Amino acid sequence: MSHYAPDAKYQDLEPGGIIPQAGNAVEYQTGGWRLQRPHRRDEDCIDCMFCFIYCPDVACPVVEGSVKGQQFDYEHCKGCGICAQVCPKKCIDMSPEGQTE
Amino acid sequence: MPEIKPMEGNHAIAEAMRQINPDVVAAYPITPSTEVVQTFSTFVANGLVDTNFVAVESEHSAMSACTAASVAGGRVMNATSSQGLALMWEILFITSSLRAPVILTVVNRALSGNINIHCDHSDSYGARDCGWIQIFGENVQEGYDNLIQATRIGEDLGVRLPVMNCIDGFFVSHSYEVLQVEDDAAVKAFVGPYPAVNPLLDLHKPISVGPLDLQDYYFEHKHSQLDAYAPALETITKVGKEFGAAFGREYGLLEEFMLEDAEYAVVALGSACGVAKDAVEALRADGVKAGLLKIRAYRPFPAAEIAAALAGKKAIAIFDRAASYGAAVHPLYSEVTSALYSAGQLVPAVDILYGLGGREITPDQFVQVFGELPAVAAAGQPAQPVKYLGVRE
Repeated sequence: MSHYAPDAKYQDLEPGGIIPQAGNAVEYQTGGWRLQRPHRRDEDCIDCMFCFIYCPDVACPVVEGSVKGQQFDYEHCKGCGICAQVCPKKCIDMSPEGQTE
Repeated sequence: MPEIKPMEGNHAIAEAMRQINPDVVAAYPITPSTEVVQTFSTFVANGLVDTNFVAVESEHSAMSACTAASVAGGRVMNATSSQGLALMWEILFITSSLRAPVILTVVNRALSGNINIHCDHSDSYGARDCGWIQIFGENVQEGYDNLIQATRIGEDLGVRLPVMNCIDGFFVSHSYEVLQVEDDAAVKAFVGPYPAVNPLLDLHKPISVGPLDLQDYYFEHKHSQLDAYAPALETITKVGKEFGAAFGREYGLLEEFMLEDAEYAVVALGSACGVAKDAVEALRADGVKAGLLKIRAYRPFPAAEIAAALAGKKAIAIFDRAASYGAAVHPLYSEVTSALYSAGQLVPAVDILYGLGGREITPDQFVQVFGELPAVAAAGQPAQPVKYLGVRE
């Protein structure tokens, strides 16, 4: 909620609890919830986009039509593992968070 | 020109809706409010209004659709009763928190169980803490008038709250009375165009509605919402005066009937007030200084005005048409006596539980209660504050 300062008083808030700007979900970083970290083996990836489509957040970035070679967005990835489940090439591994890769 | 017509309560509500021509009505039928949206849907089908009528699959969906349509930027109306209102309950809080001025006619009906389709106030009382304005009408004319005023009250830029327009099931909803139907153009002029605030469909000013609101902002948002209710009291008074100027029938937060010089008073809301007026007139003819305080605005609760109206009475009887199970006293008594206490007024008071499930109340019963008030006054405070009226025991 970048529109409001953390110490904003109630009088400063818009009625109805709205945020008078759109597209602010990106500011809510949920990566800290993650227990398992996805990692894509790019050599086996066929760019089918299943991980991008199924990701319940927006943590599989697509650059120039390709997920291949892109890092997951670890500021928002909650480690749900859906991408690893749906990957037809099984090229996404989930490893416990906190371990070195 | 205004027209005088015989009309039943539900049709009068639908007639006001036709004149107001809301953008969206999303509804699901339930006795005794069914005729409101049934009649209104024929207006839609016949092209008398431009309303987008959404026939949904439940009251939960109805209020969800109404809230969403209001947030999107439209004037929205609906009607329900009893279990229908209960099923909306989850959404009612969201409607008020989003400051979405949806207008809902509640045709008061007892909550199950056992299943009953007749009038009491358990449905509206059950929703009293949902953040909606609640206005109770006594008769068909008031139901019609209150709906017209509800637009101006809820949509006021200093208020922005949803409004329940409460009328008593069957006693008002299905009773034919003489109704003064105001001129279409006059009603439209009084209501005015809908003043949208931060509409979601304004693509030039995108906003986020209903975001996650945790420990860091939720309490501030609630404080902000709570600050809307005192202005709402002022707005109800202001709109009631303007309605009087426009149509000749002025309304306030309360109606005082022969109250000013009364020694003994009853406090009630809804259709029973019409019965009480008969009793008060009869008692006055016999030299008894009886009076009635009718509560029109139940939410926000006009505590200071009620305390001022009842100050100095020898004893009062507060009529509750719904029980608060397990509470020491019932809702209206609790709030009226709290208002008196807060104002430093100690008025001996008895709580009369009456009329549950549509049990009729007669002028004789009001006379009987007035007859018991001198003893209440002599005792100071009754040992047993709650008395049942009209139940077999």
